[in-house]
Amino acid sequence: MISLTPEQFLFLLRGFGWTIVLSLLAFAGGGALGFVLALTRVYAPRPVRTLAMLYIKLIQGTPLLILLFLTYFGLPALGLVVEPISAAAIGLSTYVSAYLGEIWRGSLEAVPRTQEEAAACLALNWRQRLVHVILPQAVKIATPPTVGFMVQIVKNTSLASAIGFVEMARAAQMVNNATFRPLIVFMLVAALYFTLCYPLSAWSQRLERSFDVARR
Amino acid sequence: MSPVVEVDAVCKRFGAASVLEGVSFQVRAGSVVAIIGRSGSGKSTALRCINRLETIDAGHIRVCGHDLTSPGLDVNQLHRDVGIVFQSYNLFPHLTAEENVLLAPRLVLKLPRAEQKQLAAHVLSQVGLADKAQAYPSQLSGGQQQRVAIARSLAMKPKLMLFDEITSALDPELTGEVLKVIEALARDGMSMILVTHEMAFARKVADHAIFMHRGKVWEEGPASLLDAPKTEELRQFLGNGL
Repeated sequence: MISLTPEQFLFLLRGFGWTIVLSLLAFAGGGALGFVLALTRVYAPRPVRTLAMLYIKLIQGTPLLILLFLTYFGLPALGLVVEPISAAAIGLSTYVSAYLGEIWRGSLEAVPRTQEEAAACLALNWRQRLVHVILPQAVKIATPPTVGFMVQIVKNTSLASAIGFVEMARAAQMVNNATFRPLIVFMLVAALYFTLCYPLSAWSQRLERSFDVARR
Repeated sequence: MSPVVEVDAVCKRFGAASVLEGVSFQVRAGSVVAIIGRSGSGKSTALRCINRLETIDAGHIRVCGHDLTSPGLDVNQLHRDVGIVFQSYNLFPHLTAEENVLLAPRLVLKLPRAEQKQLAAHVLSQVGLADKAQAYPSQLSGGQQQRVAIARSLAMKPKLMLFDEITSALDPELTGEVLKVIEALARDGMSMILVTHEMAFARKVADHAIFMHRGKVWEEGPASLLDAPKTEELRQFLGNGL
């Protein structure tokens, strides 16, 4: 660390901050879209359901890097000018939505059908059944894998460096280009990623254990 | 008075399997009807058709003034009038007994907050569980869970109650406490249909018994039918059951 100037160190920390911001944007955007996808996959009429499934298969079968190139270079070709931050947020959200959509579809389907039946027999309408009976139980099932997937989101934000967004990985490249100290710079950045990811995966594992206990 | 339930020549298939083959029967208001028969005889399906958990392929069903085959049927209104209790309780595990009981009155009947406590206390004491209002289903025995499920249905003040083998998952002692609740309901004049394997109980509480066999009403009559079966099939069924 002695070989980095305070300015360079602060520059990396700013990148760290943007990594967090981008992760949150991707989780919020991907979560909102993923929730709609999950509901569509479980409750929508068949043609719409198939469409949602195709979207998920398509996105899951495309490298994130290509999604980011598509939003950053593709959208301007359609006349939409996008900043690197918004391109990265849109690309990542698209990617995240396909995975969270599937995780949450599984969680919705894991709530026994008899719960929905019992609620319907009490004259609850669809929205009431969803909000008061299905979702509270599905959220419990969904939380451990969702938190686990947040680790993937954090790590994958590093790909946004490829479209010129200065998050932590890009900041590290720039500092390295100026200092030629790759070991120090990239070890430091790896450690910073770890401080984000490790608590998330530890939390996910704890949730999973407490969920198993609750199921017993 | 017209019957609360009229089932007329109802047929129901699941794929290639014909489960109900022209089933007809009626339930008078305030009476208790027991449907008995072997597993697979169609008795649970018949019950589920009455609550429109299954749609029918032919015939007619009228329940509490609702024509179940009419395209204009308001299923929600039907479910307000008809309560059902399942073999597997199906309580909402994330809610306490009181919250389970109050969910539908709160959301569907828009019961004012001030009256909610009172209603919960009333129906829970009806099933003898006034002291368990704050317990979660996982903290209750099977018999207690089933009684909460009954209270949950009663809280909607239904005109008809359906019971689908509600004691089949319980040991004899717990069965007794659930059946006591049903007896009390019968005394209060609740119209009920019980699909049951408890012959002794059917004899005691039912006004009318229906024996189903191979998707048909094989034999029916006053509950004394169970002591003097006319058909060989019912005689055999009762013989095996005792």
